[in-house]
Amino acid sequence: MTSSSLRLRAGLVSIVLLAAFLGIWHLATRSTGATTTMSPEYAKLMGLTATQGKSAMPGPVDVGAKLWEHVRRPFYDNGPNDKGLGIQLGYSIARVGTGYLLAVLVAIPLGFLIGMSPLLSKALDPFIQVLKPISPLAWMPLALYTIKDSSISAIFVIFICSIWPMLLNTVFGVASVRKEWINVARTLEVGTVRRAFTVILPAAAPTILTGMRISIGIAWLVIVAAEMLVGGTGIGYFVWNEWNNLSITNVIIAILLIGVVGMLLDQILARFTRMVTFPE
Amino acid sequence: MTDKFISIEGIAKRYPGASGATTTIFENLWLSMARGEFACVIGHSGCGKTTVLNILAGLDAPSEGAVIVDGQAISGTSLDRAVIFQSHALLPWRTVLGNVGYAVSSKWRSWDRAKVRAHAQTFIDLVGLTGSEHKRPSELSGGMKQRVGIARALSITPKMMLMDEPFSALDALTRGTLQDEVRRICLETGQTAFMITHDVDEAIYLADKIFLMTNGPGAVLAEVVENPLPRDRGRIDLHRHPLYYALRNHIIDFLVTRSKTFTTETPHHDPRDVPLVQIGKPGLTLAAGSDELRQTWMPETNPGLSA
Ligand SMILES: Nc1ncnc2c1ncn2[C@@H]1O[C@H](COP(=O)(O)OP(=O)(O)OP(=O)(O)O)[C@@H](O)[C@H]1O
Ligand SMILES: [Mg+2]
Repeated sequence: MTSSSLRLRAGLVSIVLLAAFLGIWHLATRSTGATTTMSPEYAKLMGLTATQGKSAMPGPVDVGAKLWEHVRRPFYDNGPNDKGLGIQLGYSIARVGTGYLLAVLVAIPLGFLIGMSPLLSKALDPFIQVLKPISPLAWMPLALYTIKDSSISAIFVIFICSIWPMLLNTVFGVASVRKEWINVARTLEVGTVRRAFTVILPAAAPTILTGMRISIGIAWLVIVAAEMLVGGTGIGYFVWNEWNNLSITNVIIAILLIGVVGMLLDQILARFTRMVTFPE
Repeated sequence: MTDKFISIEGIAKRYPGASGATTTIFENLWLSMARGEFACVIGHSGCGKTTVLNILAGLDAPSEGAVIVDGQAISGTSLDRAVIFQSHALLPWRTVLGNVGYAVSSKWRSWDRAKVRAHAQTFIDLVGLTGSEHKRPSELSGGMKQRVGIARALSITPKMMLMDEPFSALDALTRGTLQDEVRRICLETGQTAFMITHDVDEAIYLADKIFLMTNGPGAVLAEVVENPLPRDRGRIDLHRHPLYYALRNHIIDFLVTRSKTFTTETPHHDPRDVPLVQIGKPGLTLAAGSDELRQTWMPETNPGLSA
Protein backbone atom coordinates (compact mmCIF):
# COMPACT_ATOMS: atom_id res chain seq x y z
CA MET A 1 0.00 0.00 0.00
CA THR A 2 2.56 2.55 1.13
CA SER A 3 5.11 1.28 -1.38
CA SER A 4 2.64 1.59 -4.24
CA SER A 5 1.73 5.13 -3.22
CA LEU A 6 5.43 5.92 -3.00
CA ARG A 7 5.90 4.63 -6.52
CA LEU A 8 2.98 6.70 -7.73
CA ARG A 9 4.38 9.84 -6.15
CA ALA A 10 7.86 9.14 -7.51
CA GLY A 11 6.36 8.68 -10.98
CA LEU A 12 4.56 12.01 -10.67
CA VAL A 13 7.74 13.79 -9.62
CA SER A 14 9.56 12.21 -12.58
CA ILE A 15 6.94 13.52 -14.99
CA VAL A 16 7.07 16.97 -13.45
CA LEU A 17 10.88 17.02 -13.70
CA LEU A 18 10.73 15.91 -17.34
CA ALA A 19 8.17 18.58 -18.17
CA ALA A 20 10.26 21.22 -16.43
CA PHE A 21 13.37 20.12 -18.31
CA LEU A 22 11.57 20.18 -21.67
CA GLY A 23 10.05 23.57 -20.83
CA ILE A 24 13.39 25.15 -19.93
CA TRP A 25 14.98 23.58 -23.00
CA HIS A 26 12.21 24.97 -25.16
CA LEU A 27 12.46 28.46 -23.70
CA ALA A 28 16.23 28.50 -23.98
CA THR A 29 16.26 27.58 -27.66
CA ARG A 30 13.16 29.34 -29.05
CA SER A 31 13.37 32.06 -31.70
CA THR A 32 13.56 35.63 -30.45
CA GLY A 33 12.07 37.25 -33.56
CA ALA A 34 13.77 38.71 -36.61
CA THR A 35 16.92 40.67 -36.01
CA THR A 36 17.26 43.83 -38.05
CA THR A 37 20.05 45.56 -39.93
CA MET A 38 21.76 42.81 -41.84
CA SER A 39 22.67 42.58 -45.45
CA PRO A 40 20.50 40.01 -47.27
CA GLU A 41 23.55 38.09 -48.53
CA TYR A 42 24.95 37.70 -45.03
CA ALA A 43 21.57 36.67 -43.71
CA LYS A 44 21.28 34.05 -46.41
CA LEU A 45 24.70 32.72 -45.51
CA MET A 46 23.98 32.47 -41.81
CA GLY A 47 20.52 30.90 -42.15
CA LEU A 48 17.85 31.09 -39.50
CA THR A 49 20.30 31.29 -36.65
CA ALA A 50 21.19 34.80 -37.43
CA THR A 51 18.09 36.06 -39.20
CA GLN A 52 15.48 35.08 -36.64
CA GLY A 53 17.62 34.98 -33.50
CA LYS A 54 17.14 31.24 -33.45
CA SER A 55 19.56 29.33 -31.26
CA ALA A 56 21.95 26.87 -32.93
CA MET A 57 20.71 24.32 -30.43
CA PRO A 58 17.55 22.52 -31.62
CA GLY A 59 14.57 22.73 -29.31
CA PRO A 60 12.57 19.78 -28.00
CA VAL A 61 9.98 20.22 -30.71
CA ASP A 62 12.59 19.91 -33.50
CA VAL A 63 14.07 16.86 -31.84
CA GLY A 64 10.64 15.33 -31.34
CA ALA A 65 9.67 15.85 -34.97
CA LYS A 66 12.93 14.41 -36.21
CA LEU A 67 12.66 11.47 -33.83
CA TRP A 68 9.19 10.73 -35.18
CA GLU A 69 10.66 10.71 -38.68
CA HIS A 70 13.29 8.19 -37.59
CA VAL A 71 10.79 6.04 -35.76
CA ARG A 72 8.59 5.85 -38.84
CA ARG A 73 11.43 4.75 -41.09
CA PRO A 74 14.00 3.01 -38.91
CA PHE A 75 15.45 0.70 -41.53
CA TYR A 76 15.90 2.71 -44.74
CA ASP A 77 19.23 2.45 -46.50
CA ASN A 78 20.30 5.20 -48.93
CA GLY A 79 23.95 4.29 -49.23
CA PRO A 80 26.89 4.39 -46.80
CA ASN A 81 26.20 7.79 -45.22
CA ASP A 82 22.45 7.64 -44.95
CA LYS A 83 20.97 4.67 -43.15
CA GLY A 84 18.04 4.38 -40.80
CA LEU A 85 18.74 4.59 -37.07
CA GLY A 86 17.42 1.07 -36.61
CA ILE A 87 20.10 -0.25 -38.97
CA GLN A 88 22.84 1.73 -37.21
CA LEU A 89 21.74 0.54 -33.78
CA GLY A 90 21.48 -2.98 -35.16
CA TYR A 91 25.12 -2.88 -36.27
CA SER A 92 26.24 -1.66 -32.86
CA ILE A 93 24.18 -4.21 -30.97
CA ALA A 94 25.44 -7.00 -33.23
CA ARG A 95 29.06 -5.99 -32.59
CA VAL A 96 28.54 -5.68 -28.86
CA GLY A 97 26.67 -8.98 -28.85
CA THR A 98 29.38 -10.85 -30.76
CA GLY A 99 32.32 -9.44 -28.80
CA TYR A 100 30.47 -9.90 -25.53
CA LEU A 101 29.45 -13.49 -26.21
CA LEU A 102 33.00 -14.38 -27.21
CA ALA A 103 34.18 -12.82 -23.96
CA VAL A 104 31.61 -14.87 -22.01
CA LEU A 105 32.82 -18.05 -23.71
CA VAL A 106 36.40 -17.30 -22.73
CA ALA A 107 36.01 -15.57 -19.37
CA ILE A 108 33.67 -17.97 -17.60
CA PRO A 109 35.48 -21.28 -18.27
CA LEU A 110 38.83 -19.59 -17.71
CA GLY A 111 37.58 -17.93 -14.54
CA PHE A 112 36.38 -21.32 -13.33
CA LEU A 113 39.80 -22.85 -13.88
CA ILE A 114 41.61 -20.00 -12.20
CA GLY A 115 39.14 -19.89 -9.32
CA MET A 116 39.44 -23.59 -8.66
CA SER A 117 43.23 -23.68 -8.89
CA PRO A 118 45.24 -21.58 -6.43
CA LEU A 119 48.33 -22.21 -8.58
CA LEU A 120 46.83 -20.80 -11.77
CA SER A 121 45.30 -18.00 -9.77
CA LYS A 122 48.70 -16.90 -8.47
CA ALA A 123 50.47 -17.49 -11.80
CA LEU A 124 48.03 -15.49 -13.91
CA ASP A 125 47.42 -12.70 -11.44
CA PRO A 126 50.26 -10.38 -12.63
CA PHE A 127 49.09 -10.66 -16.25
CA ILE A 128 45.52 -9.85 -15.33
CA GLN A 129 46.61 -6.96 -13.14
CA VAL A 130 48.55 -5.41 -16.03
CA LEU A 131 46.03 -6.09 -18.79
CA LYS A 132 42.94 -5.02 -16.86
CA PRO A 133 43.60 -1.27 -16.58
CA ILE A 134 44.42 -0.83 -20.29
CA SER A 135 41.83 1.30 -22.04
CA PRO A 136 40.16 -0.96 -24.60
CA LEU A 137 40.64 1.70 -27.29
CA ALA A 138 44.39 1.50 -26.83
CA TRP A 139 44.16 -1.95 -28.43
CA MET A 140 42.57 -0.49 -31.55
CA PRO A 141 45.70 0.25 -33.61
CA LEU A 142 47.11 -3.16 -32.79
CA ALA A 143 43.81 -4.78 -33.72
CA LEU A 144 43.55 -2.87 -36.98
CA TYR A 145 47.12 -3.74 -37.85
CA THR A 146 46.82 -7.45 -37.14
CA ILE A 147 43.20 -8.11 -38.09
CA LYS A 148 43.07 -5.62 -41.01
CA ASP A 149 39.30 -5.40 -40.79
CA SER A 150 37.68 -2.45 -39.04
CA SER A 151 34.48 -4.25 -38.10
CA ILE A 152 36.26 -7.26 -36.57
CA SER A 153 38.64 -4.88 -34.81
CA ALA A 154 35.66 -3.20 -33.15
CA ILE A 155 34.40 -6.61 -32.07
CA PHE A 156 37.84 -7.41 -30.69
CA VAL A 157 37.84 -4.20 -28.67
CA ILE A 158 34.44 -5.12 -27.23
CA PHE A 159 35.77 -8.58 -26.43
CA ILE A 160 38.82 -7.24 -24.64
CA CYS A 161 36.89 -4.67 -22.61
CA SER A 162 34.14 -7.02 -21.48
CA ILE A 163 36.39 -9.91 -20.54
CA TRP A 164 37.96 -8.44 -17.37
CA PRO A 165 34.96 -7.82 -15.12
CA MET A 166 33.55 -11.23 -16.05
CA LEU A 167 36.85 -13.01 -15.55
CA LEU A 168 37.59 -11.38 -12.21
CA ASN A 169 34.08 -11.89 -10.90
CA THR A 170 34.06 -15.52 -11.99
CA VAL A 171 37.40 -16.12 -10.29
CA PHE A 172 36.20 -14.41 -7.14
CA GLY A 173 32.82 -16.14 -7.17
CA VAL A 174 34.32 -19.57 -7.72
CA ALA A 175 37.12 -19.11 -5.18
CA SER A 176 34.77 -17.89 -2.47
CA VAL A 177 32.14 -20.62 -2.64
CA ARG A 178 31.37 -21.52 0.97
CA LYS A 179 33.61 -24.32 2.19
CA GLU A 180 30.70 -26.13 3.78
CA TRP A 181 28.92 -26.48 0.42
CA ILE A 182 32.05 -27.95 -1.10
CA ASN A 183 32.28 -30.27 1.90
CA VAL A 184 28.71 -31.42 1.33
CA ALA A 185 29.66 -32.40 -2.22
CA ARG A 186 32.81 -34.08 -0.95
CA THR A 187 31.03 -36.18 1.66
CA LEU A 188 28.61 -37.26 -1.06
CA GLU A 189 31.54 -38.32 -3.26
CA VAL A 190 30.43 -36.01 -6.04
CA GLY A 191 33.00 -35.93 -8.88
CA THR A 192 34.80 -32.76 -9.93
CA VAL A 193 32.70 -32.08 -13.03
CA ARG A 194 29.39 -32.69 -11.32
CA ARG A 195 30.55 -30.63 -8.37
CA ALA A 196 31.42 -27.75 -10.69
CA PHE A 197 27.94 -27.77 -12.20
CA THR A 198 25.83 -28.60 -9.16
CA VAL A 199 27.58 -26.67 -6.40
CA ILE A 200 30.14 -24.18 -7.64
CA LEU A 201 28.21 -22.83 -10.61
CA PRO A 202 24.95 -22.14 -8.75
CA ALA A 203 26.86 -20.75 -5.76
CA ALA A 204 29.00 -18.45 -7.90
CA ALA A 205 26.26 -17.54 -10.39
CA PRO A 206 25.15 -14.29 -8.72
CA THR A 207 28.74 -13.01 -8.63
CA ILE A 208 29.35 -14.11 -12.23
CA LEU A 209 26.16 -12.43 -13.42
CA THR A 210 27.15 -9.25 -11.62
CA GLY A 211 30.41 -9.30 -13.59
CA MET A 212 28.46 -9.89 -16.79
CA ARG A 213 26.25 -6.93 -16.01
CA ILE A 214 29.24 -4.65 -15.46
CA SER A 215 30.75 -5.94 -18.70
CA ILE A 216 27.72 -5.25 -20.86
CA GLY A 217 27.64 -1.69 -19.53
CA ILE A 218 31.30 -1.15 -20.37
CA ALA A 219 30.89 -2.79 -23.78
CA TRP A 220 28.07 -0.43 -24.65
CA LEU A 221 30.14 2.57 -23.50
CA VAL A 222 33.09 1.45 -25.59
CA ILE A 223 31.24 0.59 -28.80
CA VAL A 224 30.27 4.22 -29.41
CA ALA A 225 33.87 5.36 -29.14
CA ALA A 226 35.14 2.41 -31.17
CA GLU A 227 32.71 3.07 -34.00
CA MET A 228 33.66 6.74 -34.05
CA LEU A 229 37.22 5.56 -34.68
CA VAL A 230 36.65 2.79 -37.20
CA GLY A 231 33.72 4.42 -39.02
CA GLY A 232 31.46 2.84 -41.59
CA THR A 233 28.41 1.78 -39.65
CA GLY A 234 26.96 1.76 -36.16
CA ILE A 235 25.48 4.29 -33.80
CA GLY A 236 28.91 5.67 -32.85
CA TYR A 237 29.68 6.34 -36.50
CA PHE A 238 26.21 7.89 -36.86
CA VAL A 239 26.95 10.38 -34.07
CA TRP A 240 30.26 11.32 -35.62
CA ASN A 241 28.77 11.60 -39.12
CA GLU A 242 25.90 13.80 -37.96
CA TRP A 243 28.37 16.00 -36.09
CA ASN A 244 30.23 16.46 -39.39
CA ASN A 245 26.88 17.28 -41.01
CA LEU A 246 26.28 19.73 -38.17
CA SER A 247 22.97 18.05 -37.47
CA ILE A 248 22.80 18.55 -33.73
CA THR A 249 19.22 17.29 -33.76
CA ASN A 250 20.36 13.88 -34.94
CA VAL A 251 23.21 13.87 -32.45
CA ILE A 252 20.77 14.49 -29.61
CA ILE A 253 18.48 11.74 -30.88
CA ALA A 254 21.41 9.35 -31.08
CA ILE A 255 22.48 10.22 -27.52
CA LEU A 256 18.97 9.53 -26.31
CA LEU A 257 18.84 6.17 -28.08
CA ILE A 258 22.27 5.16 -26.80
CA GLY A 259 20.99 5.77 -23.30
CA VAL A 260 17.79 3.80 -23.86
CA VAL A 261 19.55 0.80 -25.42
CA GLY A 262 22.17 0.81 -22.64
CA MET A 263 19.41 0.79 -20.07
CA LEU A 264 17.63 -2.10 -21.80
CA LEU A 265 20.82 -4.18 -21.95
CA ASP A 266 21.41 -3.51 -18.26
CA GLN A 267 17.83 -4.46 -17.41
CA ILE A 268 18.12 -7.75 -19.28
CA LEU A 269 21.23 -8.70 -17.31
CA ALA A 270 19.63 -7.48 -14.08
CA ARG A 271 16.73 -9.86 -14.75
CA PHE A 272 19.12 -12.77 -15.30
CA THR A 273 20.95 -11.87 -12.10
CA ARG A 274 17.71 -11.95 -10.16
CA MET A 275 16.91 -15.35 -11.63
CA VAL A 276 20.09 -16.94 -10.28
CA THR A 277 20.23 -15.11 -6.96
CA PHE A 278 19.22 -17.24 -4.00
CA PRO A 279 18.17 -15.96 -0.61
CA GLU A 280 20.28 -17.26 2.25
CA MET B 1 35.60 -53.89 22.69
CA THR B 2 36.05 -56.87 20.47
CA ASP B 3 34.34 -55.48 17.42
CA LYS B 4 36.23 -52.34 16.49
CA PHE B 5 34.05 -50.85 13.80
CA ILE B 6 35.94 -47.59 13.92
CA SER B 7 39.48 -47.37 15.07
CA ILE B 8 41.43 -44.16 15.18
CA GLU B 9 45.06 -45.16 15.43
CA GLY B 10 47.60 -42.69 16.67
CA ILE B 11 46.46 -39.69 14.68
CA ALA B 12 48.03 -36.27 15.03
CA LYS B 13 47.19 -32.89 13.58
CA ARG B 14 49.79 -30.18 13.28
CA TYR B 15 49.60 -26.77 11.71
CA PRO B 16 52.55 -24.64 10.71
CA GLY B 17 52.66 -21.96 13.38
CA ALA B 18 54.33 -18.59 13.51
CA SER B 19 58.08 -18.32 12.74
CA GLY B 20 58.51 -21.84 11.39
CA ALA B 21 57.36 -23.65 14.53
CA THR B 22 54.54 -26.16 14.26
CA THR B 23 51.50 -26.13 16.50
CA THR B 24 50.35 -29.56 17.56
CA ILE B 25 46.61 -29.61 18.10
CA PHE B 26 46.78 -33.21 19.30
CA GLU B 27 49.03 -36.19 18.71
CA ASN B 28 49.02 -39.93 19.29
CA LEU B 29 45.26 -40.04 19.65
CA TRP B 30 43.69 -43.48 19.85
CA LEU B 31 40.00 -44.11 19.96
CA SER B 32 37.70 -46.92 18.98
CA MET B 33 33.99 -47.54 18.65
CA ALA B 34 31.90 -50.66 18.19
CA ARG B 35 29.25 -51.07 15.53
CA GLY B 36 25.93 -49.52 16.51
CA GLU B 37 27.47 -47.49 19.28
CA PHE B 38 26.59 -43.86 19.97
CA ALA B 39 29.58 -41.82 21.12
CA CYS B 40 29.72 -38.21 22.22
CA VAL B 41 32.85 -36.11 22.46
CA ILE B 42 33.05 -33.41 25.08
CA GLY B 43 35.86 -30.94 25.49
CA HIS B 44 36.51 -27.26 25.66
CA SER B 45 36.39 -25.01 22.65
CA GLY B 46 39.47 -25.24 20.45
CA CYS B 47 40.70 -28.60 21.75
CA GLY B 48 40.34 -30.22 18.33
CA LYS B 49 36.97 -31.97 18.34
CA THR B 50 35.97 -30.71 14.92
CA THR B 51 39.39 -31.66 13.61
CA VAL B 52 38.92 -35.24 14.80
CA LEU B 53 35.47 -35.37 13.23
CA ASN B 54 36.73 -33.97 9.94
CA ILE B 55 39.50 -36.56 9.88
CA LEU B 56 36.93 -39.29 10.55
CA ALA B 57 34.78 -37.91 7.75
CA GLY B 58 37.77 -37.80 5.42
CA LEU B 59 37.38 -34.06 4.89
CA ASP B 60 40.74 -33.50 6.52
CA ALA B 61 43.82 -35.70 6.54
CA PRO B 62 45.74 -36.42 9.74
CA SER B 63 49.38 -35.36 9.91
CA GLU B 64 50.18 -38.80 11.31
CA GLY B 65 48.36 -42.01 11.99
CA ALA B 66 45.39 -43.64 10.33
CA VAL B 67 41.68 -44.19 10.68
CA ILE B 68 40.34 -47.70 10.14
CA VAL B 69 36.66 -48.09 9.41
CA ASP B 70 35.21 -51.57 9.04
CA GLY B 71 38.68 -53.06 8.63
CA GLN B 72 39.88 -50.61 6.00
CA ALA B 73 42.02 -47.52 6.29
CA ILE B 74 40.05 -44.56 4.99
CA SER B 75 41.33 -42.20 2.35
CA GLY B 76 39.05 -39.28 1.72
CA THR B 77 35.34 -38.96 2.14
CA SER B 78 32.84 -41.73 1.69
CA LEU B 79 29.11 -42.14 1.27
CA ASP B 80 29.33 -44.62 4.14
CA ARG B 81 30.08 -41.81 6.55
CA ALA B 82 27.41 -39.11 6.52
CA VAL B 83 28.11 -35.76 8.13
CA ILE B 84 25.58 -33.51 9.80
CA PHE B 85 27.15 -30.09 9.81
CA GLN B 86 26.86 -27.61 12.63
CA SER B 87 25.74 -24.91 10.22
CA HIS B 88 23.37 -27.37 8.47
CA ALA B 89 25.16 -26.56 5.16
CA LEU B 90 22.06 -26.81 2.99
CA LEU B 91 22.37 -25.66 -0.59
CA PRO B 92 20.24 -22.48 -0.52
CA TRP B 93 19.30 -22.63 -4.21
CA ARG B 94 17.67 -26.03 -3.78
CA THR B 95 14.41 -26.88 -2.09
CA VAL B 96 14.13 -29.31 0.79
CA LEU B 97 13.39 -32.08 -1.67
CA GLY B 98 16.21 -30.85 -3.90
CA ASN B 99 18.72 -30.95 -1.06
CA VAL B 100 17.81 -34.45 0.05
CA GLY B 101 17.42 -35.58 -3.56
CA TYR B 102 20.90 -34.30 -4.35
CA ALA B 103 22.35 -36.68 -1.76
CA VAL B 104 20.16 -39.56 -2.96
CA SER B 105 21.11 -39.11 -6.61
CA SER B 106 24.76 -38.82 -5.63
CA LYS B 107 24.63 -42.22 -4.01
CA TRP B 108 22.48 -44.00 -6.59
CA ARG B 109 23.53 -42.38 -9.86
CA SER B 110 21.46 -44.67 -12.07
CA TRP B 111 18.15 -43.96 -10.35
CA ASP B 112 15.56 -42.01 -12.33
CA ARG B 113 13.90 -38.86 -11.00
CA ALA B 114 10.81 -40.55 -9.68
CA LYS B 115 12.80 -43.07 -7.71
CA VAL B 116 15.10 -40.40 -6.24
CA ARG B 117 12.08 -38.32 -5.32
CA ALA B 118 10.26 -41.17 -3.64
CA HIS B 119 13.34 -42.17 -1.66
CA ALA B 120 14.03 -38.58 -0.59
CA GLN B 121 10.39 -38.15 0.39
CA THR B 122 10.61 -41.14 2.75
CA PHE B 123 13.37 -39.44 4.72
CA ILE B 124 11.68 -36.04 4.67
CA ASP B 125 8.65 -37.73 6.19
CA LEU B 126 10.87 -39.47 8.71
CA VAL B 127 12.14 -36.18 10.14
CA GLY B 128 8.65 -34.72 10.14
CA LEU B 129 8.95 -32.23 7.32
CA THR B 130 6.08 -33.55 5.21
CA GLY B 131 4.48 -30.57 3.49
CA SER B 132 7.65 -28.45 3.36
CA GLU B 133 9.29 -30.33 0.48
CA HIS B 134 9.16 -27.38 -1.88
CA LYS B 135 10.38 -24.74 0.52
CA ARG B 136 13.84 -23.30 0.20
CA PRO B 137 16.20 -23.27 3.19
CA SER B 138 15.68 -19.52 3.63
CA GLU B 139 12.00 -20.22 4.29
CA LEU B 140 12.71 -22.70 7.07
CA SER B 141 13.35 -22.21 10.76
CA GLY B 142 16.69 -23.24 12.26
CA GLY B 143 15.24 -26.47 13.61
CA MET B 144 13.66 -27.34 10.26
CA LYS B 145 16.96 -26.70 8.46
CA GLN B 146 18.73 -29.02 10.86
CA ARG B 147 16.06 -31.66 10.20
CA VAL B 148 16.74 -31.38 6.48
CA GLY B 149 20.42 -31.91 7.28
CA ILE B 150 19.51 -35.02 9.26
CA ALA B 151 17.23 -36.28 6.47
CA ARG B 152 19.99 -35.69 3.94
CA ALA B 153 22.51 -37.60 6.05
CA LEU B 154 20.13 -40.50 6.67
CA SER B 155 18.87 -40.70 3.09
CA ILE B 156 22.13 -42.17 1.85
CA THR B 157 21.77 -44.98 4.43
CA PRO B 158 25.29 -44.51 5.78
CA LYS B 159 27.16 -46.92 7.99
CA MET B 160 27.83 -44.13 10.44
CA MET B 161 26.78 -40.60 11.20
CA LEU B 162 29.18 -37.86 12.17
CA MET B 163 27.60 -34.87 13.87
CA ASP B 164 29.37 -31.65 14.77
CA GLU B 165 27.32 -29.88 17.43
CA PRO B 166 24.22 -30.43 15.34
CA PHE B 167 21.80 -28.84 17.79
CA SER B 168 23.89 -26.13 19.42
CA ALA B 169 22.20 -23.31 17.52
CA LEU B 170 18.68 -24.41 18.44
CA ASP B 171 16.35 -23.46 21.26
CA ALA B 172 15.94 -25.96 24.10
CA LEU B 173 12.54 -27.21 22.98
CA THR B 174 13.51 -27.89 19.38
CA ARG B 175 16.78 -29.38 20.53
CA GLY B 176 14.91 -31.81 22.77
CA THR B 177 12.61 -32.93 19.97
CA LEU B 178 15.48 -33.43 17.56
CA GLN B 179 17.48 -35.32 20.18
CA ASP B 180 14.52 -37.68 20.56
CA GLU B 181 14.34 -38.13 16.82
CA VAL B 182 18.03 -38.72 16.33
CA ARG B 183 18.05 -41.21 19.18
CA ARG B 184 15.02 -43.06 17.82
CA ILE B 185 16.40 -43.17 14.28
CA CYS B 186 19.83 -44.31 15.39
CA LEU B 187 18.37 -47.07 17.54
CA GLU B 188 15.97 -48.17 14.81
CA THR B 189 18.55 -48.25 12.06
CA GLY B 190 21.43 -49.44 14.22
CA GLN B 191 23.55 -46.44 13.21
CA THR B 192 26.99 -45.93 14.59
CA ALA B 193 27.11 -42.30 15.62
CA PHE B 194 29.86 -39.91 16.60
CA MET B 195 28.66 -36.60 17.95
CA ILE B 196 30.41 -33.53 19.24
CA THR B 197 28.54 -31.59 21.86
CA HIS B 198 29.01 -29.00 24.56
CA ASP B 199 25.81 -30.01 26.28
CA VAL B 200 26.46 -32.52 29.07
CA ASP B 201 22.80 -33.54 29.29
CA GLU B 202 22.67 -34.15 25.57
CA ALA B 203 25.66 -36.47 25.89
CA ILE B 204 24.09 -38.31 28.83
CA TYR B 205 20.80 -38.75 26.99
CA LEU B 206 22.25 -39.86 23.66
CA ALA B 207 25.60 -41.49 24.20
CA ASP B 208 26.61 -45.01 25.07
CA LYS B 209 30.15 -43.77 25.52
CA ILE B 210 31.40 -40.29 26.27
CA PHE B 211 34.89 -39.26 25.22
CA LEU B 212 36.43 -36.56 27.37
CA MET B 213 39.14 -34.44 25.81
CA THR B 214 41.54 -32.17 27.67
CA ASN B 215 42.24 -28.60 26.65
CA GLY B 216 44.44 -27.85 23.68
CA PRO B 217 47.00 -27.35 22.36
CA GLY B 218 48.35 -30.84 22.77
CA ALA B 219 44.93 -32.14 23.72
CA VAL B 220 44.58 -35.77 24.77
CA LEU B 221 41.68 -38.15 25.10
CA ALA B 222 41.62 -38.38 28.89
CA GLU B 223 38.83 -40.80 29.65
CA VAL B 224 36.12 -42.83 28.07
CA VAL B 225 33.04 -42.72 30.27
CA GLU B 226 30.54 -45.52 29.89
CA ASN B 227 26.97 -44.39 30.24
CA PRO B 228 25.38 -46.40 33.04
CA LEU B 229 21.84 -45.37 32.13
CA PRO B 230 19.66 -48.05 30.54
CA ARG B 231 19.29 -48.05 26.76
CA ASP B 232 15.56 -47.34 26.91
CA ARG B 233 16.03 -44.13 28.87
CA GLY B 234 13.64 -41.25 28.37
CA ARG B 235 14.69 -37.64 28.14
CA ILE B 236 12.13 -36.47 30.67
CA ASP B 237 13.04 -38.73 33.59
CA LEU B 238 16.76 -38.88 32.88
CA HIS B 239 17.59 -37.09 36.11
CA ARG B 240 15.61 -39.59 38.18
CA HIS B 241 18.11 -42.32 37.46
CA PRO B 242 20.26 -42.96 40.56
CA LEU B 243 23.47 -42.69 38.61
CA TYR B 244 22.50 -39.60 36.65
CA TYR B 245 24.06 -37.05 39.00
CA ALA B 246 27.17 -39.09 39.55
CA LEU B 247 27.70 -39.25 35.83
CA ARG B 248 26.86 -35.61 35.30
CA ASN B 249 29.08 -34.45 38.16
CA HIS B 250 31.92 -36.57 36.88
CA ILE B 251 31.75 -34.93 33.46
CA ILE B 252 31.28 -31.41 34.77
CA ASP B 253 34.07 -31.90 37.25
CA PHE B 254 36.27 -32.92 34.36
CA LEU B 255 35.30 -29.91 32.28
CA VAL B 256 35.66 -27.42 35.11
CA THR B 257 38.94 -28.51 36.64
CA ARG B 258 40.52 -31.70 35.38
CA SER B 259 40.52 -30.83 31.68
CA LYS B 260 43.14 -28.17 32.47
CA THR B 261 45.24 -30.13 34.92
CA PHE B 262 44.92 -33.62 33.52
CA THR B 263 48.14 -33.63 31.48
CA THR B 264 50.32 -32.48 34.40
CA GLU B 265 48.59 -34.61 37.02
CA THR B 266 48.64 -37.80 34.97
CA PRO B 267 52.16 -38.08 33.58
CA HIS B 268 51.82 -41.79 32.88
CA HIS B 269 48.67 -41.47 30.85
CA ASP B 270 48.81 -44.03 28.06
CA PRO B 271 46.97 -42.68 25.02
CA ARG B 272 46.66 -46.21 23.60
CA ASP B 273 44.93 -47.45 26.72
CA VAL B 274 42.63 -44.69 27.86
CA PRO B 275 40.91 -45.47 31.18
CA LEU B 276 37.33 -46.60 30.87
CA VAL B 277 35.22 -45.07 33.59
CA GLN B 278 32.21 -47.06 34.68
CA ILE B 279 30.22 -45.00 37.11
CA GLY B 280 28.46 -47.02 39.76
CA LYS B 281 30.51 -50.16 39.28
CA PRO B 282 32.95 -50.26 42.20
CA GLY B 283 36.35 -51.68 41.42
CA LEU B 284 36.07 -50.87 37.77
CA THR B 285 35.99 -47.13 38.20
CA LEU B 286 39.38 -45.80 37.33
CA ALA B 287 38.80 -42.11 37.36
CA ALA B 288 40.92 -40.19 39.81
CA GLY B 289 39.39 -37.66 42.13
CA SER B 290 35.80 -38.77 41.87
CA ASP B 291 35.74 -41.16 44.82
CA GLU B 292 33.58 -38.90 46.82
CA LEU B 293 31.03 -38.61 44.06
CA ARG B 294 31.02 -42.30 43.56
CA GLN B 295 30.41 -42.86 47.23
CA THR B 296 27.54 -40.45 47.30
CA TRP B 297 25.82 -41.74 44.24
CA MET B 298 26.23 -45.46 44.54
CA PRO B 299 22.82 -47.01 43.98
CA GLU B 300 23.18 -49.03 47.17
CA THR B 301 23.69 -45.91 49.21
CA ASN B 302 20.58 -44.31 47.78
CA PRO B 303 17.86 -46.80 48.53
CA GLY B 304 15.22 -44.14 48.08
CA LEU B 305 15.91 -43.91 44.38
CA SER B 306 15.20 -46.76 42.06
CA ALA B 307 16.48 -47.21 38.55
N1 LIG C 1 43.73 -24.06 9.36
C1 LIG C 1 44.19 -23.98 10.61
N2 LIG C 1 45.39 -23.44 10.85
C2 LIG C 1 45.88 -23.35 12.11
N3 LIG C 1 45.21 -23.76 13.19
C3 LIG C 1 44.00 -24.30 13.03
C4 LIG C 1 43.42 -24.42 11.73
N4 LIG C 1 42.19 -24.98 11.87
C5 LIG C 1 42.03 -25.19 13.19
N5 LIG C 1 43.11 -24.77 13.89
C6 LIG C 1 43.28 -24.87 15.34
O1 LIG C 1 42.98 -26.16 15.73
C7 LIG C 1 42.41 -26.17 17.01
C8 LIG C 1 41.25 -27.12 17.04
O2 LIG C 1 40.21 -26.63 16.21
P1 LIG C 1 38.80 -27.33 16.19
O3 LIG C 1 37.96 -26.61 15.23
O4 LIG C 1 38.99 -28.78 15.96
O5 LIG C 1 38.28 -27.07 17.67
P2 LIG C 1 36.96 -27.58 18.36
O6 LIG C 1 37.36 -28.48 19.46
O7 LIG C 1 36.03 -28.11 17.35
O8 LIG C 1 36.40 -26.25 18.97
P3 LIG C 1 34.89 -25.76 19.10
O9 LIG C 1 34.32 -26.47 20.26
O10 LIG C 1 35.02 -24.31 19.38
O11 LIG C 1 34.21 -26.06 17.80
C9 LIG C 1 42.05 -24.73 17.34
O12 LIG C 1 42.88 -24.28 18.36
C10 LIG C 1 42.32 -23.98 16.07
O13 LIG C 1 42.91 -22.74 16.38
MG1 LIG D 1 34.19 -27.40 16.46
